[in-house]
Amino acid sequence: MTMDLRELYQDIILDHGRHPRNFHALEHPTHLAKGHNPLCGDRVTIYLAVEGDRIADVSFEGRGCAISTAAASLMTEVLKGKTIAEAKALFAQFRAKVTGGEAGALPERLEEDAERLEPLTGVKAHPVRVKCATLPWHAFEAALKSGLAAQTVKTE
Amino acid sequence: MTAASLRSIDTAIFDPRRLRREFPIFASHPDLVFLDSGASAQKPRSVIDGIAEFYRTDYANVHRGVYRLSGRSTDRFEAAREKVRAFLNAADEREIVFVRGATEAINLVAYSWCGKFLKPGDEVVISDLEHHSNIVPWQQACLRAGAKLVVAPTDATGEFDMAAFEALLSPRTRMVAVTHISNVTGHLLPVARIAELAHSAGAKVLIDGCQAVPRMPVDVQALGCDFYVFSGHKAYGPTGTGVLYGRYDMLEAMPPWQTGGGMILNVEIDHTEFQEPPHRFEAGTPDIAGAVGLGLAIDFIEGLGRDAIREHEERVTGYATDTLSRLPGVHLLPAGQRQLSVLSFDVAGLHPHDVGTVLDRHDVAVRVGHHCAQPLMDKLGLAGAVRASLGVYNDERDIDRLAAAIEAAQEMFRQ
Repeated sequence: MTMDLRELYQDIILDHGRHPRNFHALEHPTHLAKGHNPLCGDRVTIYLAVEGDRIADVSFEGRGCAISTAAASLMTEVLKGKTIAEAKALFAQFRAKVTGGEAGALPERLEEDAERLEPLTGVKAHPVRVKCATLPWHAFEAALKSGLAAQTVKTE
Repeated sequence: MTAASLRSIDTAIFDPRRLRREFPIFASHPDLVFLDSGASAQKPRSVIDGIAEFYRTDYANVHRGVYRLSGRSTDRFEAAREKVRAFLNAADEREIVFVRGATEAINLVAYSWCGKFLKPGDEVVISDLEHHSNIVPWQQACLRAGAKLVVAPTDATGEFDMAAFEALLSPRTRMVAVTHISNVTGHLLPVARIAELAHSAGAKVLIDGCQAVPRMPVDVQALGCDFYVFSGHKAYGPTGTGVLYGRYDMLEAMPPWQTGGGMILNVEIDHTEFQEPPHRFEAGTPDIAGAVGLGLAIDFIEGLGRDAIREHEERVTGYATDTLSRLPGVHLLPAGQRQLSVLSFDVAGLHPHDVGTVLDRHDVAVRVGHHCAQPLMDKLGLAGAVRASLGVYNDERDIDRLAAAIEAAQEMFRQ
């Protein structure tokens, strides 16, 4: 096995790909949105229960490759309990890391969460797979904007 | 390289390893196992160098200049048309229209022919194996005309269901458009019989020959079709080239689709007289070098012989089917009784995208996803599949490399 593949498919990714966390619908979501990657047919639905400015609960459903499933699973783990502003800051940081862009500094309290997302940044070396990792985040962002209108975001 | 010199290399034994040397891409990537010719074939040196040579020695615009160089360029361009005619055994070279690819060829018919002849309540029949390019143009033509798109099914074994097809035909059927070989399953459809039945119902027939033309003899007169289309780039030719064959009486009855220079006889400010086919359908400066390159690709194919190519690819297809069906967890999509050069499969528990990435890191290039055939994937209940498709440069060793890479992917994702 080439090193570069192990870099992409780290154990934590394989684990979350096989056993995704928070993999179910929410009974009473305040926000939801679907993500669709027409290139590979992957689909994900993100559910949010927002109380005030805090994400009280977050979950997802869908089918996708190991990368997009692990990305959605890890995302739900770090987003639970965060404020909307914190969640947006984490996404900005994550997107910058996987696309090689510039990210602003994160507040210290979010550093541990950013580290949990670190294994996904292996997609940097596989440009065609970057969209797999960012799809659930784009759906999350769309859910925040559209509430229960169930907007669909596409990667293409 | 000329057709004659290729023939002298390869009549005795079809040797893909020696043929690989005719494809410079493999000099740049010596370890590459290229199993995506169904998407686009690699190019032989004779095509790559021949196009450059044409630009260096004979190039000018065609059908315009009175100077000798333009005459030479026109001769090369029209000689390519004659090569395509002979390649498809069309009756007349005026039945060969140069287009950008099969997609444009189908759109040309769906706009020009359907625009004139498809009426409200009429039906267009396609199969459930079609590529998006043989679905969407008809779907949109039906929407424009108030006609209906009808889908003829394949059965559980992947075989085109002739009885179901026959039952769908009626006096309302105006056009039947089917693929010659499925780009997903490799199923070789009985197109001559399909054309015969369609004609008895009074319908016209278009065949998508993209996957067939590079690997088996095609005779449009024997098939009895009204239209036959293919893309040059899947047949070892340059991108941006393609062919619409239309029986002359069909083309003659059709109005132009795109208009402009090159396709006119006489232009007045409120009226234009159009040229006869094929030029009526070739508005603007055509891809002259592309057509010349396509002619060279045909020389390459004919140099090897399409019977020999078919025999070779049938053997490797059989080997691939045997090898992959012996791998635990690998499930081949049903392809009917006759399958050629394309096979798709699902690896249990693994997403096609992940399989594709692991295979790529083993230098095995395959296509993953829905293969531009989403309705078929929906029918099979798959989000996508992995597809291996062959070219003349592939042999059994490539299939062994594919199988080993699939096993490596399974190992990596083992629970």
